[in-house]
Amino acid sequence: MSSIPAPVLWTVIIGLAVGSYALRFAFIGFMGGRPIPDWLMRHLRYTAVAIIPALVAPLVLWPAPTGGDPSLMHFAAAAATFAAGYLTRNVLFGLGTGGLSLLLLYLAA
Amino acid sequence: MAITTTKSAFWKGFRDSAPFLFMASPFGFLFGVLAAEAGLIVPEAFAFSLAVFAGAAQFTALQLMQENAPLIIILISALAVNLRMAMYSASLTPYLGDAPMWQRALAAYFVVDQSYALSIVQFEAEPKMPLPQRMAYFFGTNGLITPAWVIATALGALVGTRIPESWGVDFVLPLAFLAMIGPMLRTPAHVAACFVAVAASLPASALPYNLGLIVAGIAGMVAGAQAELWLERQKAKSEAAK
Repeated sequence: MSSIPAPVLWTVIIGLAVGSYALRFAFIGFMGGRPIPDWLMRHLRYTAVAIIPALVAPLVLWPAPTGGDPSLMHFAAAAATFAAGYLTRNVLFGLGTGGLSLLLLYLAA
Repeated sequence: MAITTTKSAFWKGFRDSAPFLFMASPFGFLFGVLAAEAGLIVPEAFAFSLAVFAGAAQFTALQLMQENAPLIIILISALAVNLRMAMYSASLTPYLGDAPMWQRALAAYFVVDQSYALSIVQFEAEPKMPLPQRMAYFFGTNGLITPAWVIATALGALVGTRIPESWGVDFVLPLAFLAMIGPMLRTPAHVAACFVAVAASLPASALPYNLGLIVAGIAGMVAGAQAELWLERQKAKSEAAK
């Protein structure tokens, strides 16, 4: 079991709790009615949709279960998950499709 | 239907949020299962969900902790995923910004995707809604979701400790991220941000300390912002040509 050291875990939990709260409180608490600049809003809109794909792409191409060797099976399950999520616009359909295809591929292999 | 009292505003928010239960509960449960697989005990997973209360950022932190990424990279990456909360906060300010400080301070904790999406639709549909009712509606949208998220995490962590290692759930976390991406791609600019981030992340993964994630994330973010500007200019041009 890949155990995470307790000091690391608690630093992450506390750091994220404080940081996330600060982000949420930033405007509603401090800014009053002042508008935030357009350029900032424009970049904020694309952070999640940039970071999450950047995190996931290497995990799909070099999957952990095979020790990092590219695997058609894992790639296919990943493609099915993404396609289902994109087409239905629903996270759960995507996840269900991905889980199912991973299971089928395991059984077929 | 116009809302008549503060109490009924709360309950309308409560009812409107019910469909989101089917989203929040399974995702909270999955976070609990994966947290347990990563070695977190039930109180740790529970505290994580209660204190941070942001699904995508929690999954990001969990993945990076398992990769033994440096602390600072874990925090920057997970908070970057949460930057949209600042955008929600800014967008709610014209509607809730005049409430007493203690209410705003409490409301800030509850700014999540669901409460934001429901509230902004409600506030725009009924611009005459008085401030106390707006606040009540906003808190109402969290009346179900917040307990569901935290309880589902704890249940998931309880179940997760019983799942044998051999089941190979270590590919489930990437799948969870992939399922989240599809619904995020709402405009061509979102697609551009995603595409550039993916293209950059593969060579950048050779960088030490998981720095590649930050580099690729910034590249994607800038690509999205530039694509949005470009699309606006194209639209303005075609309108001017008419």
